[in-house]
Amino acid sequence: METGGNAADLIHRRVCARTGHAAVIGFTGAPGAGKSTLIDAYIAVLRGGGRRVAVAAVDPSSPLGGGAILGDRVRMRRHALDPNVFIRSVASRGHLGGLSESIHRVVDVMDAAGHDVIIVETVGTGQSEVEVAEIADICVVVNAPNMGDDVQAMKAGVLEIADILVVNKADLPLAQRATKQLRDMLKLRRNRQNVAILETVATNETGIDALGTAIDGLLANRAADKRKSRERRMRRLIAQAASRLAHDRMRDLADAMLDELAHKAATGEIGIAEAAKQALSLIRP
Amino acid sequence: MTACGLNPPARVLVTKIGLDGHDRGSRIVAAYLRDAGMEVIYTPPWQSIPAVVKLVLEEDVDVVGISSLATDHLIVPKLADALREAGLGHVGIIVGGIVPDDECPALLQAGVSAIFGPGSPRDDIIAHVAALAAKVRDVKNAEFREIAQ
Repeated sequence: METGGNAADLIHRRVCARTGHAAVIGFTGAPGAGKSTLIDAYIAVLRGGGRRVAVAAVDPSSPLGGGAILGDRVRMRRHALDPNVFIRSVASRGHLGGLSESIHRVVDVMDAAGHDVIIVETVGTGQSEVEVAEIADICVVVNAPNMGDDVQAMKAGVLEIADILVVNKADLPLAQRATKQLRDMLKLRRNRQNVAILETVATNETGIDALGTAIDGLLANRAADKRKSRERRMRRLIAQAASRLAHDRMRDLADAMLDELAHKAATGEIGIAEAAKQALSLIRP
Repeated sequence: MTACGLNPPARVLVTKIGLDGHDRGSRIVAAYLRDAGMEVIYTPPWQSIPAVVKLVLEEDVDVVGISSLATDHLIVPKLADALREAGLGHVGIIVGGIVPDDECPALLQAGVSAIFGPGSPRDDIIAHVAALAAKVRDVKNAEFREIAQ
């Protein structure tokens, strides 16, 4: 499923009919904020309630050699023998946006396999990797103290997709300031002012029960529009796959017309937008 | 095609079983393999055999690398048995670290494909893991084609 292509399509088509049961919870935030450790503690809460859990933990692939060190499950060791916790490390394989190209297939298979909750952990994110909002029913954005001033908190991007904001490592100095900055940020917003801000210390499980309760509370309200959001996501995925296809075909196209277009665009004779329109007409479906 | 010669990249678990906590070697090898374009699932030391079996299953790795510097290599045959019992006998196993010469044959007999002692050249390790992963991938692909039909 991670590789994609025809084999993945074959499996994906068969599992799609069995999806729709699981709640998908996204965890995102800066590298080292404590996402994996927080997830480890949250899994314990879910298991306490008897729920089956799957985790897809994405880590970055090297832009140089394509290799990766997948180390998120290092922090999830207490579930190492629990047969009702399935953890899969996923390399981003060059995909930007915080996840991998394959993530929607991976999540669908986990859903079809009967897991109650699927946790998607993004790579350590900066400010603009917001793709997780499309796949997750609930997005938890994990912050750590001392990561910037209140202007950082006002910026557009990853903070805006949060359904729940967590200030992890809340036992460190300046944690309360981080919480206050986030609260002030919410007050200045036009919409979605009532996002919960929770303080946690993942390493000793402080605040984790409250996090679990907050997630469940939001889930209860979300059930209705799941099908619609799934179809919206599929629409975007089709567009994405189509543009990849067009990209590959255009790259492999040995056509004098394309050379000519490239020459014209390079000299400024035509704009890139116009060249793209003409180039698209060169690709046979 | 990726840097390691396989598409998708070879997936390798680098771990330690037993009670030995010396993890410098496993970290260095994990970095070698990452730089060779492989996807490395790295764990800290002190894994149990059932935990490693679950890891191999969930992560669909092609090769397991066990680092041992204090006699934990002696339980590698048990790991190989446990993998076979779980239907994962096709997964490649290599061992790195300190293995006395007269204990090597038992490991190789148990299904370990190579043992890399101190001073093993980086390129030898990478070449062996890449070739082993390619072989394992062939077995997996054949299995998949059979199921797909």
